[in-house]
Amino acid sequence: MAAGLAKEHTPMDAAFCAPAVSIRNLDIRFGSGASQFTALSKVSVDIPQGGFVTMLGPSGCGKSTLLRCVADLVPISGGTVSVNGQTPRQAREGRDFAFVFQEATLLPWRTVIDNVRLPLEVGRHGPGSSYADPAQLLDMVGLKGRENALPDELSGGQRQRVAIARALVTRPRILLMDEPFGALDEITRDKLNEELLRLWQETGTTILFVTHSIPEAVFLGQHVLMLQSHPGRVKEFLKVDLPFPRSLKIRDTLEFVKITAHLRALLEEC
Amino acid sequence: MSEIAPSTKIAAGDADMSGRQDAPLPLGVCLQKGVMNWLANRWPTITAAIGCIVLWQSVITVFSVPTFMAPAPLEVLAALRDNAGVLWTNLLPTLMEALAGFFFGNLAAILLAVWFVHNSNAEKAFYPIAVFIKSIPIIALAPILVLIFGNGVAPKIIIAGLICFFPTLVNMVQGLRSASPAMLDLMRVLSASQMEILWKVRLPASMPFLFAALRIAATSCVMGAIVAEWIGSSFGLGALIIEATYNFRSPLLYATVMIAAALAVTLFSIVSLAEKKIVRWKTSNH
Repeated sequence: MAAGLAKEHTPMDAAFCAPAVSIRNLDIRFGSGASQFTALSKVSVDIPQGGFVTMLGPSGCGKSTLLRCVADLVPISGGTVSVNGQTPRQAREGRDFAFVFQEATLLPWRTVIDNVRLPLEVGRHGPGSSYADPAQLLDMVGLKGRENALPDELSGGQRQRVAIARALVTRPRILLMDEPFGALDEITRDKLNEELLRLWQETGTTILFVTHSIPEAVFLGQHVLMLQSHPGRVKEFLKVDLPFPRSLKIRDTLEFVKITAHLRALLEEC
Repeated sequence: MSEIAPSTKIAAGDADMSGRQDAPLPLGVCLQKGVMNWLANRWPTITAAIGCIVLWQSVITVFSVPTFMAPAPLEVLAALRDNAGVLWTNLLPTLMEALAGFFFGNLAAILLAVWFVHNSNAEKAFYPIAVFIKSIPIIALAPILVLIFGNGVAPKIIIAGLICFFPTLVNMVQGLRSASPAMLDLMRVLSASQMEILWKVRLPASMPFLFAALRIAATSCVMGAIVAEWIGSSFGLGALIIEATYNFRSPLLYATVMIAAALAVTLFSIVSLAEKKIVRWKTSNH
C-alpha cells in the first residue's frame, strides 16, 4: 500500500542520522515589560530522524507553543531551533514539515479531494512530481469514495483523516501534530491511533505529537517528552520500551501500565 | 395542518431523490411534481396573499371608498393592463439605474473592504468618512447630486449605488475577517502569499456575509433609483409615481408601485438563487 511513500524504517536511522529537530536552550516569551510571560525556558531536546515523539504535560506548560515554534508560527526569543539543519522558516518554505491542528481546519467550501490538494496550489514549491497523489492518500486514510463530499458531510474522525491526508500530500519529512485527536470520541481516537502508527511505519516520517492523554502518549511514542509548567521546561525525555508494531492490546500489558503509572506520578509532581 | 405537514416532508424528500438519481424522469412528470411541491410548501403564503387582496377589495366596496383615494384591486389590475406600454417604457430606465447602482456600489464596497482588511491605516482613514456619508439621509443627498450631475441617469445610479454601498462594506469587512485563526495558521505553514490567502481563504469565507448584504442591496437599489427619480426626472417608475399622484390617477399609481415591488422582489430572488448556487456549505456558525 502506498508504495511510493514507503521508506525502510529501522532503528539504525535514528542512530546514524542528524536529529530531525534539534532544540537548544530555547526560550519563548510573550509580551513585554511587566506583562511579559515566559512560556518556555531553556528547553533542549533532539527529535531523532524517523522517530515518533509524543509531548505530554499539564495544560499551560507550553507543549503547543514548542510545536508551533518548530513550525515557525511562534517567534523564538532565545536559543536555537534547527529543523533538518535549517531554521524553522527555511524548513517551512522548503515544505520540510506539515502541521495537523486540533481542529481539522478544512476549508468548508472545498470538496475533500480539493482540501487535500490545497498545499499543492499555494506557496512556493518545486515540481509537482515530488508530491503524493491526493486520491491515493485518501485511499490510504480510508476515505476512498468520499473524494467529492464536502467537509460538513463527514464525521469528526473522517475530517481529521482528511487533514492528515492533506498534511501528507507534500511528503513532509516531519509531521507536527497538535492534539489532533483531542476532540474525538475514544473509539474513533483508538482507531486513528492505530492507523497513525501504521502510517508512520509505512512512510518513515518523523512525528512530533502533542497530547494530554497519557495512554495515547505511551501507545504512540518511541519517546515521551514530558514538560512541566511555570515556566515551561523539560521534565523528562523517556524512552518507551515497547515493541513495534503495537496493537491496542498492548495497553493491557504490565509494561504499558508501569510506564503510564510512572508518567502519571511525574505529572503530579509538575 | 397536522395532516399536511408530514406529507409535505415526504413530497420534499421525493423531489430531492429525483434530483440526485441519474434515472431521468419525463419532463412533464418533473414539472407536475415541482408545481405540487411548490404549492405544498407555499400554501400558507398563497392563502394569506389572496386573503389580503379579498380584504382590500371588500373594504373598498363596503365603505364605498372613492377611486382617487384608494382604488380597488380590480381597478389596479385594469390600470396594469391599460398602461402596460407606459409602465414598460418607465420600468426599463429604473431597472437599468438600479442594476448599474447595484453593480458599482457593491463593487466599490468589496474593493474598499479588501483594502481595509490589508491596510489598517486605510480603514482608519476612510471608515469614518464612509459612516458620515451613510448617515446623510439619501433623500437629502439626492438634490445635491441632481444639482451636480443634472437630470440624466448619473445621479440615479450614484444614489442607487450609495444605498447599496454601506451594508456591503460593513458585511464584507466582517466576512473577510471571518476566516478562523487556525485557517490562517494553516496557510502560513504552507507559506501562502497574501494574495493566495485572499483568494483561497478570505474571499470564500466572506461569501455568506457578502450575500447577506447583496440581498439587502437587491431591494434597496430599486428604492434608491426611485427616490432619485422623484427629485428630478422625466422618466422612470419614480417619475411615473409623482405624475400619477399629482393627477389623481390612483390606479396607475398603485400599478406603478406594484411594478416597482415586483422589480425589487425579482432582483432579490435572483440574488437568493445565486447564493444557493455559490454558498453550498453549511454556515450555521454565522
